[in-house]
Amino acid sequence: MRRRPDQAAYHRGVRMAPYDLVKELALALAAVLLLVLVLAAVLSSPDVPPVTVRSWAQHDPLDLIATATSELQGTTISADYGPPYTLDVGGRGPGASVQTWGPLAPQLWAGVHLPLDAARADVLHPLRLAAASDPSLARALARYHRGTRRERARWLAAYARALPQARIAAGALVTSSATGSGPLPVMMRSLLSVARSGGLDGLLLESGHFFQTDYTGPLLFLGDGSYLPSLAHAQHLLGSQWGMMNETGRYPGQAWLWLYTMWYQVPPYRAASNADLLVVLTMGLLTTLLLLTPFIPGLRDIPRWVPLYRLIWREHYREQARRAGGP
Amino acid sequence: MADRRRAPRSWTRALRGVIQRELPLEHLLPDQEPAYMASWVYVFGVVAIAALVWVIVSGVVLAAFGPQWWHVSPQGHVVNSVHFWGVQLFFVFMVLHLWGQYFGATWRDGRAPTWMVGVVVFLVSIVTAFTGYLAQQNFAAQWVAINAKDGVNATGAGAFFNVLDFGQMYGLHVMLLPILVTTLVAVHLVQVRMRGIVRPIDPSAR
Repeated sequence: MRRRPDQAAYHRGVRMAPYDLVKELALALAAVLLLVLVLAAVLSSPDVPPVTVRSWAQHDPLDLIATATSELQGTTISADYGPPYTLDVGGRGPGASVQTWGPLAPQLWAGVHLPLDAARADVLHPLRLAAASDPSLARALARYHRGTRRERARWLAAYARALPQARIAAGALVTSSATGSGPLPVMMRSLLSVARSGGLDGLLLESGHFFQTDYTGPLLFLGDGSYLPSLAHAQHLLGSQWGMMNETGRYPGQAWLWLYTMWYQVPPYRAASNADLLVVLTMGLLTTLLLLTPFIPGLRDIPRWVPLYRLIWREHYREQARRAGGP
Repeated sequence: MADRRRAPRSWTRALRGVIQRELPLEHLLPDQEPAYMASWVYVFGVVAIAALVWVIVSGVVLAAFGPQWWHVSPQGHVVNSVHFWGVQLFFVFMVLHLWGQYFGATWRDGRAPTWMVGVVVFLVSIVTAFTGYLAQQNFAAQWVAINAKDGVNATGAGAFFNVLDFGQMYGLHVMLLPILVTTLVAVHLVQVRMRGIVRPIDPSAR
């Protein structure tokens, strides 16, 4: 095996200078600590409180009810997402959010690992729990479950048509023109009532386990509505607003994601239905190039063409020039 | 020599020999370096490490008090601010270090593995910071999770790396990923100390 020349041989002929590594590290630690403390004291850090289903129900109740209705209809993003949550819901194909590029479909290859029935998780299961103390809700829920698939679709369509005229009166949902909606007015009135009290936040997490740290269901439900995105828009956090690298308020976010975020702003990525997959593939390619830079002709030669190295080792080249010039 | 021939084969002695040969103490803790190292570009590496140290120290305090603490305690909020700005500075210094090394082409003379481990440190740091944003338990964490799930799911990784699962993201952020970053930084430093500082580019060499 060929041995690498040791450092002494490599640096032979090079002028050496005293160097105190430990002192340098200690000074760096002190300087950075001072800088961090000043920044923390002067600028603090962002902490906008999370959105709850309760705050959603209080600030935009009709959006909450419209979203819940869409969950029952199976028309929200999460209801027919595709892997890892769903697959072939109602015979409509692998899922509306499945992204492919030619034959490349990694989202499908991984399969459904986090199964989710949005209608049951976000509406029917919480209502079933709430019905234990509400006989009229229990009757409405029983009627809904007894209904045929066609009846439910008819009730939901009639209710969805009535929603634009719905209003909130004395904190309760009023859908006066919802004739033909079957049990839905009672169900949705109860859902909103439970949500406004904060109870739905807990019911959405009910899983039969005491401890809970997985917020997949509630977050997907929040994401299906328009209330959360409207708040994100106000904070410049949408994908079309370079949102992946932004932070709430006037704080710097994940600025190191600027290149990743940039692709979403430019064609063909901006309008592509598989933009996420295309951006990930593009970034994967660029990251590989960065990793293998030392071996890629052209890329590894740019530093020689761009004379920034003369700035980096300015003193060294000056000294060389002095030596070449002689005494 | 006679004693050494008689001694049984020993993995421990072999490892000691490799360490003594490849990384003697005078290389690990040098008291002299090439004079051309007197350049501002070498500062970015050490200040990046200093920022990482304060990120880890503040992160340990945050983890010790639990994920809710900094939302309800003024002292906790100060520690979170130190953590937040430590991360920001860590990335600023790391990116400056990366560009400095790129424009010095410091992968020359057998140092490509050092460059590659440095790039991996950068990538793992991005994932670590990302899980930190997901573990904040505030509005930003909610939105980042909802927004990022599509990119992660599109790769198929969403089945195993669920950005909507706070428990998984928190565990990765406070334990596994910091250990990975710290280990990789240590490997990177050992690589630098083993090979020494690369010579400046020779402008006459083409």
